[in-house]
Amino acid sequence: MTFLTQILNGIQIGSIYALVALGYTMVYGIIKLINFAHGDIIMVGAYVTWYLIAKLYMSEWAAIALAVVGCTVLGMVIEKVAYKPLRKSARISLLITAIGISFLLENVAQLIFTANPRMFTNLFPGNMNLGNLTIPNNTAVTIVVSVVLMVGLTLLVDKTKIGKAMRAVSEDNDTAQLMGINVNSTISFTFGLGSALAALAAVLYCCSYTQINPTMGSMLGLKAFVAAVLGGIGSLPGAMVGGFVIGIAESLTKGYVASSYADAIVFGILIVVLLIKPTGFFGRTMNEKV
Amino acid sequence: MKRVLAIVLVVAMMFGMTACSGSGSDTIKIGVIAPLTGDVAVYGNAVNDAVKLYTDKVNAEGGIDGKQIELVVYDDKGDATEAVNAYNKLVSSDQVLAIIGDVTSTPTIAVAQASVADNIPIITGTATHLDVTSFGTNMFRACFIDDLQARTMANLAVAQGVTKAAVIYNASDSYSTGLRDSFKTYCDSLGVEVVADEAYAKGDVDFNAQLTNIAAANPEVIFIPEYYNTFYLIASQARAMGITATFYGVDGTDGVLEIDGADISVFDGIYFSNHYTTDDPSEVVQNFITDYKEAYGQTPNALAALGYDAAMILFDAIKRAGVYEPSAENWQSIIDALYQTDMQCVTGHITYDEGNGTPNKSTKVITIENGVYGFYGEY
Amino acid sequence: MEKFLSKMKNRYLLNTVLVAAVYGIIMLIIQVGILNRYQANMLIPVCYNIILAVSLNLSAGYLGQLPLGHAGFMSVGGYTAALITLALDLPAAVEFPIALIAGGLVAAVFGFVIGLPALRLRGDYLAIITLGFGEIIRVVITNLGFTGGAFGLSGIQKHTTLTIAFLCTVITVFAVHALMKSRHGRAILSIRENEIAAECSGIPTTYYKTMTFTISAFFAGVAGGLYAHYLCILDPSTFGFMKSVEILIMVVLGGLGSMIGSITAAFGLTLLPELLRDFSDYRMVVYSLLLVVVMIFKPSGLFGTYDFSMSRLLTDFSKGDLFKKKKTENQEPVADELKGAEIAPDTSISADPDIPPEPAETEGKEEL
Repeated sequence: MTFLTQILNGIQIGSIYALVALGYTMVYGIIKLINFAHGDIIMVGAYVTWYLIAKLYMSEWAAIALAVVGCTVLGMVIEKVAYKPLRKSARISLLITAIGISFLLENVAQLIFTANPRMFTNLFPGNMNLGNLTIPNNTAVTIVVSVVLMVGLTLLVDKTKIGKAMRAVSEDNDTAQLMGINVNSTISFTFGLGSALAALAAVLYCCSYTQINPTMGSMLGLKAFVAAVLGGIGSLPGAMVGGFVIGIAESLTKGYVASSYADAIVFGILIVVLLIKPTGFFGRTMNEKV
Repeated sequence: MKRVLAIVLVVAMMFGMTACSGSGSDTIKIGVIAPLTGDVAVYGNAVNDAVKLYTDKVNAEGGIDGKQIELVVYDDKGDATEAVNAYNKLVSSDQVLAIIGDVTSTPTIAVAQASVADNIPIITGTATHLDVTSFGTNMFRACFIDDLQARTMANLAVAQGVTKAAVIYNASDSYSTGLRDSFKTYCDSLGVEVVADEAYAKGDVDFNAQLTNIAAANPEVIFIPEYYNTFYLIASQARAMGITATFYGVDGTDGVLEIDGADISVFDGIYFSNHYTTDDPSEVVQNFITDYKEAYGQTPNALAALGYDAAMILFDAIKRAGVYEPSAENWQSIIDALYQTDMQCVTGHITYDEGNGTPNKSTKVITIENGVYGFYGEY
Repeated sequence: MEKFLSKMKNRYLLNTVLVAAVYGIIMLIIQVGILNRYQANMLIPVCYNIILAVSLNLSAGYLGQLPLGHAGFMSVGGYTAALITLALDLPAAVEFPIALIAGGLVAAVFGFVIGLPALRLRGDYLAIITLGFGEIIRVVITNLGFTGGAFGLSGIQKHTTLTIAFLCTVITVFAVHALMKSRHGRAILSIRENEIAAECSGIPTTYYKTMTFTISAFFAGVAGGLYAHYLCILDPSTFGFMKSVEILIMVVLGGLGSMIGSITAAFGLTLLPELLRDFSDYRMVVYSLLLVVVMIFKPSGLFGTYDFSMSRLLTDFSKGDLFKKKKTENQEPVADELKGAEIAPDTSISADPDIPPEPAETEGKEEL
């Protein structure tokens, strides 16, 4: 019984990791960048939603919609301003810039909102009973919404034209351009999409773990990145599977080993994956040409 | 050319560090080290605001022997390294007479160690860890130590007829872990069975895993030795899970009712040990509450009260010692005067035993009913 | 002058004299009182930050990787050194060097153990895996009993003095410099430029990469020991990802592959927070902005891959063309067209040390 509850807890946090991992994996697939700032976009989404609901008394749905729009715009702006100029530069510069943007977001948030954690009201209070299990409503909503979004995203990438463009650009940037695909707007779209997903993940996260503070995004982002790597970076189903696996592993560690080891276990999984099968569950092996 | 410029800049920076320290002989400089930014900024700001409140009050009444008190405040960002740097700056550059600081245990221990050689009087309002006063005789505190409040809560459990208790604590925080250790020891000796002992790490916001285990053990009370923000998270997640046990908190729990946006029904029926109670009818307490509310718009919590007391104790000692310029002998006379302290402060009657920087005080247990703090008793 | 300086041993003599002179000046300034105790104490963090930056520069700048777990090595070294001095009760002059060297060695072992698997990966993956290792080290230390767990270690004796810190810094800088000027150094640089070509040319890349990592970790461990005996307490939460990034910022801002850059940046970034205490609210915002701006507009950092050389300075001075524009200095990073090269900050060539310095990129010994 307890075990089932722990698994359920794992699936709950895992679905949030999965949503965030999708953003990471899409961006990495397309411009080969680990966007460290992705976790912090979640933080921005959370603060915007909180502010709109708690301080400006907007209705929940309006606030969420605005937050999604806001994060999308933010993601696209960051890409235009910070990452685009460095597209031709060494990777190390890009990585460092991403780290810089991440810190910038965290510290600006800290300046504006102070480090004092803010409380978010659970938008889906209450429990439901499935036989012996008591499932909080927000858990159910989180899992259902995440799965729906993932399915939607997969459909978008597989069946639509823009999805095809995304796949083409991630396969081979230059050839895609030669084929007439507008690479810049495809990349912007990808960032925007990833950020929108992050904003939704933020809302779901805050309903379950009601506290928001400026640094909430960094560890969340890192673990989601581990999930993306585990599943195979560049692969959408991989990111989802990876997210759930990491979530469950973390929950079981907290329940049966010790909470303080949870981070170590997550990173340990990362290391093992990278050493044994760096391309993860679903990734493709990349060959290097000289 | 660029490299010459770079070298010149570097050298200029080195010499630019030379600050001229102004020594105003008509002001008394007191240093304050507190975390004004970072994770524990709320606590640092509470203490800092209270110290400022008392200082303004004393200055308005003419200062100490006609000299105005000047506070030199440094932010340690909750980090021990920064705290030590701030300490060094206060002693060497700013040349303060005494220091009020720090707020949380780890940086305070660092500062305490660094200060032994200098023997400058330092008083912390709120650092409750045992080791703080163990390095030298110059370190004082206005609060009790954690062992005492853990014992209080264990006594309370016995008084309430509790036989099964659970603990959930922060394993990466010395404050929380120290309290848990003491609580367990006292429970064992008093016959209360600790049926679950769950740990979490700093930064955790999801306690479902630990709470699931606790729920399975079915305790009557859950001891949560944590600061108010995390206390709220744990308590609300426990209630959401259907756990009905009573929550016990500690002095850091004070302030739960002031959390912006919290669902305060979660707090009905909790008990926590504290340094002072707003119900206390004594004049010093009520005046403090009124002044604080007027200046900052909210009821002061225990940390603010302790900050206030730290300032009160220190200024009283300085007045009795009658010295105003920093020097080795003056520092020692202030330390001697501190050991002679015997005064009624907001958080109780304060006296010190010779050589022991921890005051003799009692703990009060506060309960919350219908969203209001109420004094429950002394245990 | 040129002839005098063409002999390597004369150049070393010159630099030794200069280092001694700098030390003498600093001591004099402190004695006379221009710098008070607080300011003199601030030079100790400068020293160990220089060691950290220079050691990270070795793996990041010269080797061309991006290790994000440097703070882990620092913490391992610091804890080892502290545990040793806490356990032994010998006079400081005996136990402190033992502790420092032991700290460095243990950190080196970790560097080796982590490097061997990690260096099989490239670029982003290496960054993430080293980040992971750094976090694991932090979590494990927080949970072990003998390291004091979450409370860390306290009561460490304050053995670090400015003299010892200065000495360690000089040794570190000298060692790294000597390494880079040697045949091994050129191998390391070749790995950075194009690893596959280097491998094809017969350079054992795995050996060199692991060796560089290990040496880098050693010095980070020594810096950790100095840190521990300066602060007298060790808090495991200090050594997380944030600390690694702070060190990385120093190296990147100074210029990846430039020793004088790392030194200057370490110096500046240690002192700047103290000078700008009033603006401390904005400090991190400014840092992050600075990082982003520098990366966009001058990715090579302040000094690029330029390295200061006193010998060259004097030679130019004696020849009278001190300010003549040199041809191959401060090249901007070449565009990353090659598929194989993950990280290619710059192209630079180290000349053979025995040929008289030409106006080409020579890595000479620099001074503080």
